[in-house]
Amino acid sequence: MGVARYIKDEKGAITEVVYQSGMKIKPVYGPQELADAGFSYDTDLGEPGEFPFTRSLHPRGYRSRAWTTRQYTGFGTPEQTNERFKLMIANGQNGLNVAFDLPTQMGYDSDHPLAEGEVGRVGMAVDSLKDFHTAFDGIPLDRIGSGLTINAVASIMMAMYQALGETKGFDKTKISCTPQNDILKEMIGRGAWIFPVEHGVRLVGDSIEYAVKELPRSNPVSICGYHIRESGATPAQEIAYAFEIARAYIDTVVQRGIDPSDFVGRFSFNFNVYGNLWEQVAKFRAARKIWAQMLKEDYGVTDKKKLFLRGLFGGGGSGLTKEQPENNIMRGAFYALGAALSGAQTTALCSFDEAYTIPTPRSALLSLKTLELLMDEVGLRDTVDPLAGSYFIETLTLEMGDKIREEMAWVKEMGGIVSGISEGMIQKKVSRQAYEFEKGLQSGEYKKVGKTPGKEDEGTDVELHQYNAAWAKSSTDSLAEVKRTRHEKAVADTLRALEKAAKSKDNVMPHLVECCKAFATVGEMADVFRQTFGEWQEPVFY
Amino acid sequence: METVNKIRVLVAKPGLDGHDKGAKIVALALRDAGMEVIYSGLHQTLDQIISTAVQESVDVIGLSIMSGAHLPICEKLTAMMKEHTLDNVHLVVGGVIPQQDIQPLRDMGVAAVFPGGASFDTIVSGINALFQ
Repeated sequence: MGVARYIKDEKGAITEVVYQSGMKIKPVYGPQELADAGFSYDTDLGEPGEFPFTRSLHPRGYRSRAWTTRQYTGFGTPEQTNERFKLMIANGQNGLNVAFDLPTQMGYDSDHPLAEGEVGRVGMAVDSLKDFHTAFDGIPLDRIGSGLTINAVASIMMAMYQALGETKGFDKTKISCTPQNDILKEMIGRGAWIFPVEHGVRLVGDSIEYAVKELPRSNPVSICGYHIRESGATPAQEIAYAFEIARAYIDTVVQRGIDPSDFVGRFSFNFNVYGNLWEQVAKFRAARKIWAQMLKEDYGVTDKKKLFLRGLFGGGGSGLTKEQPENNIMRGAFYALGAALSGAQTTALCSFDEAYTIPTPRSALLSLKTLELLMDEVGLRDTVDPLAGSYFIETLTLEMGDKIREEMAWVKEMGGIVSGISEGMIQKKVSRQAYEFEKGLQSGEYKKVGKTPGKEDEGTDVELHQYNAAWAKSSTDSLAEVKRTRHEKAVADTLRALEKAAKSKDNVMPHLVECCKAFATVGEMADVFRQTFGEWQEPVFY
Repeated sequence: METVNKIRVLVAKPGLDGHDKGAKIVALALRDAGMEVIYSGLHQTLDQIISTAVQESVDVIGLSIMSGAHLPICEKLTAMMKEHTLDNVHLVVGGVIPQQDIQPLRDMGVAAVFPGGASFDTIVSGINALFQ
């Protein structure tokens, strides 16, 4: 049943339950379990809004403020993306979460041969500043923040966002963007990497350093346990590897002589809500505590607000099924319930049709309304951390913390996450688990409602988001026009300055901003990096 | 005796999409089912896939495509396979593939299509069936 392992006796009663992260669950919890686990209110929980923040980041939780909703949006041309952005904002969404197409994510322009068939398919195509001008037309950049879901060329997109703001009359100190910018997780799962590990990490370092100095409202990195989980990691591994990735980024910036307290408060995270409800709640509560402890103990950070585990807890893609897709609407509601019971600050839900297509406007709005319903109708804003003190939840939160720390220790033994990824050790572990889990799902050991072991989907009648080949033409036409009308000397000069910075230890960010303003293309800037850094040779393990 | 007749499969991820969980777990399943599996790694151009298929003398090329670009990719690859006279190599495709695209893929010459949700058994027996 579900994603946990359930052993039953001959009468069908459950005799044993083991969660994915390895915790064995008892049939009954009481004061003794809490005592055995060594639970202490003061050190393990603390008051909401107080260290170690197990209960909440804010003293009154959702009473002060409901969560921020950021559905992942973007497809086709910048014009279409702009339309969908406005639809989502008109329906109460208060932040944007921008999806880019694969050529953009991989640093290729729409007219590149490798972009064929992919332009505008899984997100919006961005070749130059012109596309950002169109996509964000009429969006108040001083009020609406934007998550930019891009990694290998996140530095370019962050520079592009600054160039957008400045050319539209919004000062760089007033705009807020959160590029995902987590290249190490791309190397574990999702795969949108370009440059070798050390150069990838250097670009992350450059963008963090630049944001610290120049972009006070932007959050330069959003570390994604999410995709690590989707690739087959357990919930405990999701948190542990994300924190070890964060450690790698912190260390690279600290090596530049910057105090961790100057930037760790700007890190945010993206975690998954897919899985067993209780395990998810325990995961987030334990994670808030471990992150705060890690920053305090390992990096000497003391300022309370800088110890916050901020981020988006949402999605749930792995839980969705292609079979009986309407069931995904209910799944989404329960995943969101888990996120709300965990005190998620920002959230988003995979839409019910997302197992096979890009969400239609109808399904995207359903997700948004599900999130609204939890806050405004069900009672989740009533009191902070409502499950606190539960014998079961508190015991589980402590056990989850131990599992997370065990995984962090394993990474340390390997010499840190960078070497674990370079050698393919993490990838190998995660994909083997994914294989074992899939086998369990197919044999009936794990269960997803609507999926019958041995019986396959016979096709479902659903509305599909259609890809339109005309988008590619519109993008390449627009790109050709940019190339015709821009000032070629300015492009060449700014790209040359970028190359010089890339080859030295200078921060590439100010140069990228100049390139963007000169209408250099994403492909041209990425090519400078490709030529300077080379490309990653992935250790192929499976 | 078994080793002589082992089916050799190239599991390949064409194009820019990096979602490789499906490719990796299918590679493991095919190997556990006794096939010899070569996994290409990510971001392969069609030229690279053809050249690996030739070098490794595979019997099957299995593409994993999640981005929705299966129609243009397969159209091109089937043409390239003809050019390189890989007439004895079967092309199979898995990933996020809507029902309505299965027939067009078959018409192009794709030997078998395994949309998301296809079980390991279905994939293994589907590939074995190509050699009976």
